[in-house]
Amino acid sequence: MAVTRSQPPVSEQASHPSGDNRFKLLEATMKKHQYRPDALIEVLHRAQELFGYLSNDLLLYIANSLHLPPSRVYGVATFYHFFSLAPKGEHSCVVCLGTACYVRGAAAILAAAEQTLGIRAGHTTPDGRLSLETARCLGACGIAPTVVFDGAITGHQTPEQVQVWLERLKEKD
Amino acid sequence: MDISELLTIAEHERTMRRPTCIRCCTALGCQSAGSLSLKQRLEEAVAEVDRTDIEVIGVGCMGMCGHGPLVRVDPDGVLYEHVHAADAPSIVAALDGGDATAPRGDPQHPFFTLQKRIVLENSGIIDPERIESYIAAGGYQALYCVLHDMTPAEVIDVVTRSGLRGRGGAGYPTGLKWATVAKSHGDRKYVVCNADEGDPGAFMDRSIIESDPHKILEGMAIAAYAVGADQGYVYVRAEYPLAIQRLQRAIAQARRLGLLGAQIFDAGFTFRIDIRVGAGAFVCGEETALMASIEGRRGQPRPRPPYPAESGLWGRPTLINNVETFANIPPIIRNGAEWFAAIGAEHSKGTKVFALTGKIRHTGLIEVPMGVTLRQIVEEMGGGVPEGRVKAVQTGGPSGGCIPAALLDTPVDYESLQRVGSIMGSGGMVVMDDATNMVDVAHFYMEFCKDESCGKCIPCRAGTAQMLHMLNLIRSGQATAADLARLEQLCIMVKETSLCGLGQSAPNPVLSTMKYFREEYEAFVRDEGLAG
Repeated sequence: MAVTRSQPPVSEQASHPSGDNRFKLLEATMKKHQYRPDALIEVLHRAQELFGYLSNDLLLYIANSLHLPPSRVYGVATFYHFFSLAPKGEHSCVVCLGTACYVRGAAAILAAAEQTLGIRAGHTTPDGRLSLETARCLGACGIAPTVVFDGAITGHQTPEQVQVWLERLKEKD
Repeated sequence: MDISELLTIAEHERTMRRPTCIRCCTALGCQSAGSLSLKQRLEEAVAEVDRTDIEVIGVGCMGMCGHGPLVRVDPDGVLYEHVHAADAPSIVAALDGGDATAPRGDPQHPFFTLQKRIVLENSGIIDPERIESYIAAGGYQALYCVLHDMTPAEVIDVVTRSGLRGRGGAGYPTGLKWATVAKSHGDRKYVVCNADEGDPGAFMDRSIIESDPHKILEGMAIAAYAVGADQGYVYVRAEYPLAIQRLQRAIAQARRLGLLGAQIFDAGFTFRIDIRVGAGAFVCGEETALMASIEGRRGQPRPRPPYPAESGLWGRPTLINNVETFANIPPIIRNGAEWFAAIGAEHSKGTKVFALTGKIRHTGLIEVPMGVTLRQIVEEMGGGVPEGRVKAVQTGGPSGGCIPAALLDTPVDYESLQRVGSIMGSGGMVVMDDATNMVDVAHFYMEFCKDESCGKCIPCRAGTAQMLHMLNLIRSGQATAADLARLEQLCIMVKETSLCGLGQSAPNPVLSTMKYFREEYEAFVRDEGLAG
């Protein structure tokens, strides 16, 4: 789930030396925080939002910009579940495993999803089409069990409904 | 901004109101069931009949999330549940007589009538995206009153006499905490709102922020004045994008009106609030870990003392309270300490918001006076379990315990819950029916705690892994009675020796289920006579 933030204004000047304008946007965020080391988590959020995941090169770039040792940046990026160091699939399916969802049968939903896709939770299909993930609790317990399809939370799910959605995605090509 | 300008905004907002108001829930639960398109259809339907005496407004959570999307037509208070966008024209038509196609909800259900709303007083009534809506409901008047008519010591005195205790779980007296921070010396002080609601099964904080974000800001500003802080942070989970978005909007609106920033109400008081987005670590709900995370480091706790009240963010005195605690502050200032102290139980004053979920007919958000019994909540308000019987109620998430059905008459207050081996926690309440196996539940929480252990201290890092391993042994039928005793011993060791609240409370679900549902553990145990 992406955290939406207001976009910094993109200036009309020449693009970033790397040719990748996303670096310029990332640079704007770091500048906003005056390159302070304590803005590291904010910067990692922005980087993941822009690039989809945090590659080693990106982590090094951030470490350099904030004048932090790479070990510290890597340590923080791996400590928090929200940050991903591997690319994600085009689509995402997140099964909530909070207590309310668990009591109402989330385990069966996850099993059905794993079976349909042939991958374990936390992985991406070999064709890079879909990532199957789990969440600890989305705080939507009133409509448990919940599943997030491509960022949209849906409640009162059944294993069958989830299977249908995944199958449809597999067929679409 | 002065008080007359504030009252003018409130007055203007009230005169702009139309006689009939269709309120459509736009909190997360109902949004995911399509309430945004429903709201749009309602607006279109009103435009089609060309009625200027009707308005449609998006509001926060109305409580019964499991029956969403919810729509209420005021002033008659007609409630509709499970409303689809297609029902919109008929709801508007029903204002002139006729029947709406959406099912009618029952506003006289105990779910609503047994509630006492203080924290949620504006929830489901005001538009959380407009500051004017909050001001019209009396918002920011408490802040004005505090800045102009009270000294910081008087504010702390009111909070102390109200008997308010921290709603994050441990129940520490709020006034005492404030007084400690006020007394501490530092060139700067901070106020932090803990909105890192990581407890699985809890969503009170999310709903409060999504439904009434300004109330948190006002509560924080009052706290900042009382303790002498000029900078505040709201630490909120990344998993709550809608709450983050509404908070951001609320902060921008308050700044524009001069209710946050420099010279608030021309009283020489400056207070800024920034948002810090968490990154998915349960341990960050623990205050020292939370501060580490705000400082951009790994969210690992450190030993206390020194307490944050003396040495917190960047080594300066820091006041950390939960969302619900701050939300209680403006009503306490408005109505007085005695009013608040008259509500609730002897040592637990006021109300508590609970997220009622699990195997129960009516799921959602409720606010009840302290001292009501679990039975009233589960059976009367929640309507009991749909099939079978109530087996247990889990309170307090991974730090709490399972209370068996036989103890449902336990009143809900800090001490009573502790006496039966659970805790109030932040307010998650998950009902389990007799189809639920309690060893599985213990395993579920232990898996959670093992994953979420930050790894800094060994009792928690190794202990949770070992407890999980033993629970796996039990579930696979390979454990003996001696293993059960060993598991219990291990639980006590981890509880007593862990560094922070996560480790200290991680064994609670195991201990409480072993205490009340021992036969379920024993059913898994291998008969030692057959061993070998």
